[in-house]
Amino acid sequence: MELGIYTFGDTGTVTTRQRLADLVAQARYADEAGLDVIALGEHHRADFTLSAPEIVLAAISSVTKRIRLSTAVTVLSTADPVRVYQQFATLDQLSGGRAEIIAGRGAFTESFGLFGYDLREYEVLFDEKLRLLLEVARSSPVTWQGRTRPPLSDAVVTPRALQPVLPVWVGVGGTPQSAVRAGRLGAPMFVAIFTDPAPARGMVELYRRAASSAGHDPAGLRVGSGGHMYVGRTSQGARDEFYPYYAEYLGKLPQFPGGMPREVYDQWIRAGLLVGSPQEVIDKIMNHRELLGISRYVGQFDVGGMPAGMVDKSLELFATEVAPVVRKESA
Amino acid sequence: MSARVAVLGAGKVGTVLARLSVAAGRPTAIAGSGDPSDLGLIVDVLAPGAVPMRGAEAAAQADIVIVAVPLARLETVPSAALRGRVVVDAMNYWPPVDGVLPEWEGATRSSSEIVREILGVDVVKSFNHMGYHELDAWTRPSGAPDRRALAVAGDDGAAMTAVTELVDAMGFDPVPLHPLSTGRVLQPGSSDIFGADLTRAELLSTLDALGVAPATACP
Repeated sequence: MELGIYTFGDTGTVTTRQRLADLVAQARYADEAGLDVIALGEHHRADFTLSAPEIVLAAISSVTKRIRLSTAVTVLSTADPVRVYQQFATLDQLSGGRAEIIAGRGAFTESFGLFGYDLREYEVLFDEKLRLLLEVARSSPVTWQGRTRPPLSDAVVTPRALQPVLPVWVGVGGTPQSAVRAGRLGAPMFVAIFTDPAPARGMVELYRRAASSAGHDPAGLRVGSGGHMYVGRTSQGARDEFYPYYAEYLGKLPQFPGGMPREVYDQWIRAGLLVGSPQEVIDKIMNHRELLGISRYVGQFDVGGMPAGMVDKSLELFATEVAPVVRKESA
Repeated sequence: MSARVAVLGAGKVGTVLARLSVAAGRPTAIAGSGDPSDLGLIVDVLAPGAVPMRGAEAAAQADIVIVAVPLARLETVPSAALRGRVVVDAMNYWPPVDGVLPEWEGATRSSSEIVREILGVDVVKSFNHMGYHELDAWTRPSGAPDRRALAVAGDDGAAMTAVTELVDAMGFDPVPLHPLSTGRVLQPGSSDIFGADLTRAELLSTLDALGVAPATACP
């Protein structure tokens, strides 16, 4: 079982320069503490620092040795898959074969306007570009034709990744069609889960059945999950410390215009949100594993612009008290 | 006799509502966009017992049609086939995902009044103020102390009666609101009702605090 962290680089109250420096330091710590993956988001909004995760991952690669370097997620609908591959193949070479991509549609839509894409083409953009990215990752030269970018005829895409095939996961939320697509393509699937993992059982079953109907070897399929996470020394302490940041963070959704009410927050924790003592977080990750058969969990570890010191403590508890126990229990 | 239900939309919400409808013993059809063989697999896994169909076909054979597509794709709904059916709007305007849609952006009316105008048929608003996971998790038999409530806002008494019966059979306490425009309070950002998973008593007191009285009976 692999364990890791992800972040969108929430802006908070510090400068971008400071935020990125903190992040590189946290990644370095995560590597030294033996975590398996760090994944960075891609957003195009003022409340998040990271719109170019591959650049930050390259910086991280130069101060780390073993930790895998991923996105969470690459907003593929509004990117060029050929360019995305080149960037991550380069990162893979630089890092000694540690690069990965989670391709997704993202939770926001700003990139469509920024890069000149039509939101009404949402579905076909993602579908075509995912297929092309998988194709480019498999082999070069590439011949391809579609609606969403110019055709490629025996196009050489270089450099090639150091790994035999650059891992490309498909990130899904709760849309059933997305699980079917990931399965038909035989790609590993990453499921975003914030509260109760039980409803995602249907997504995983869809994924496995779609994969097997398309002739993919079930042994080659991988499922990972992840969501918001905060680990505190005690159960009640964790809840109280994290609440103001989480309430503010979720206040960005139309659902909670005045911030997230405490009752709803407590309800989400009861339902499965990973906020609590190390033992509670261990139990919740093991619950994901039992229900969904995951082989990787990544927690969003610095939600809502928490001060770096608070992030560092939660990260340390995750790396030193949660991860070793989950690895042992899942071995 | 059990009303026949058609769910238009086989995404997050549509598959849950189809599953609840089957569990409530209603003959249930479901339609979705995309590859029909994918829809077959999705229904088989997520809503076994529901019958995958094309949208117009599903609507034509149903008494109650629940529309659960992204609002950005409302024009794909076969509106002609909705005439004479009880039509339920289970949708919300959600700009982070839908993008900004000019019809709904900044609207002061209920989003369902706009849906009614676009589809050209009377609609009842329900199922929109609980998340799809919560709808799935909170079904309870009638009388259970922790049973959750779903508001049913509409103009037409017979249509509201049909929907309140379905809501009850699915495992929720229906709270009728009249007229349709009242349903604005059930939308994201309008009040504390959206996303709160309230019991009947809690929903009534929240409505009361907002100055909204439930319909005493379906008009």
